[in-house]
Amino acid sequence: MNRLKKEESVSTAIHSPAVVLHSRKRVQWFAYASPQNFYSLAGKMIPWFATVATMLSALGLYIGFFVAPVDSQQGDAYRIIFLHVPAAWLSMFIYLVMAGWAAAGLILNTRLSSLMARALAPTGALFTLLALWTGALWGRPTWGTWWVWDARLTSELLLFFLYAGFMTLQSDTEESRRADKAGAVLALVGVINVPVIYFSVQWWNTLHQGASVSLRSAPTMATTMLMGMLVTALGLWAYSIAVALTRVRCIILERERHAQWTAGLAS
Amino acid sequence: MIWNSWNDFFLMGGYGLYVWGAVLGSVSVIGGELLALRWRRKGALTMLSAIKSASGKMTAEDER
Repeated sequence: MNRLKKEESVSTAIHSPAVVLHSRKRVQWFAYASPQNFYSLAGKMIPWFATVATMLSALGLYIGFFVAPVDSQQGDAYRIIFLHVPAAWLSMFIYLVMAGWAAAGLILNTRLSSLMARALAPTGALFTLLALWTGALWGRPTWGTWWVWDARLTSELLLFFLYAGFMTLQSDTEESRRADKAGAVLALVGVINVPVIYFSVQWWNTLHQGASVSLRSAPTMATTMLMGMLVTALGLWAYSIAVALTRVRCIILERERHAQWTAGLAS
Repeated sequence: MIWNSWNDFFLMGGYGLYVWGAVLGSVSVIGGELLALRWRRKGALTMLSAIKSASGKMTAEDER
């Protein structure tokens, strides 16, 4: 195959205004690196993720509040788990995905990757806050304290500061590409915090309980409780995708406001 | 149904304050995020129409 021709076609795909994405027999994936193309793709994806999010979250919370039995030790206070654990899982997972997009933007110099990282940060930060809030409300009746500086809680709080730092670095509107790169460096350095949070209950003596769910052994909790947690977590995962895609579309509109293709979208 | 009455459901075995405090926090965070996004999108679209009408005005003047 003529190699020069193939590179030409990819470059045209990214820069031409209305790309025919399925012109050859394969999808031109690189065409989605163009903000305009990604904008419309994201627009189509959002309703699906929003629907899945609503259904799964509703189901998970129904299981947690109307099906799962009362806990023998903690009574009904334990039901906070159905909010706390999904929020905590997502706070860590979103950080990793955000750092991944930031790395892509840094290494491949693709602007849209950095915009995707920016879109994820507020959602991740909010889930971190939620994990801390619900955790405090759970800790007060069960541990007798709203807060303790143990390894798990402290590293989750640090995660919040990392999100906040990332968003603050991104707020520079003058030097936006430099802000992207600075943010990416912070995000990547902060990735080490995620395994610290995860393994903290093994590595240190913490007030926070150890893992009841692991990939290697059977869970030590009742099946209905586990199901409530997992289904809600999946629902919130779909929610965070829908929200991040919505936010990145706003960011794209803001960044591309002087481009020809956005004029057609004006209300 | 695991609850004997709606009253029992709201009391959450005495832990109602903590459980519903957690639920309220979650609803506020998620609801707040969705609202903020709606405002942001509206703001972006308004900005685009402002830019469009501003550039539209300029071309009309140029043509005279």
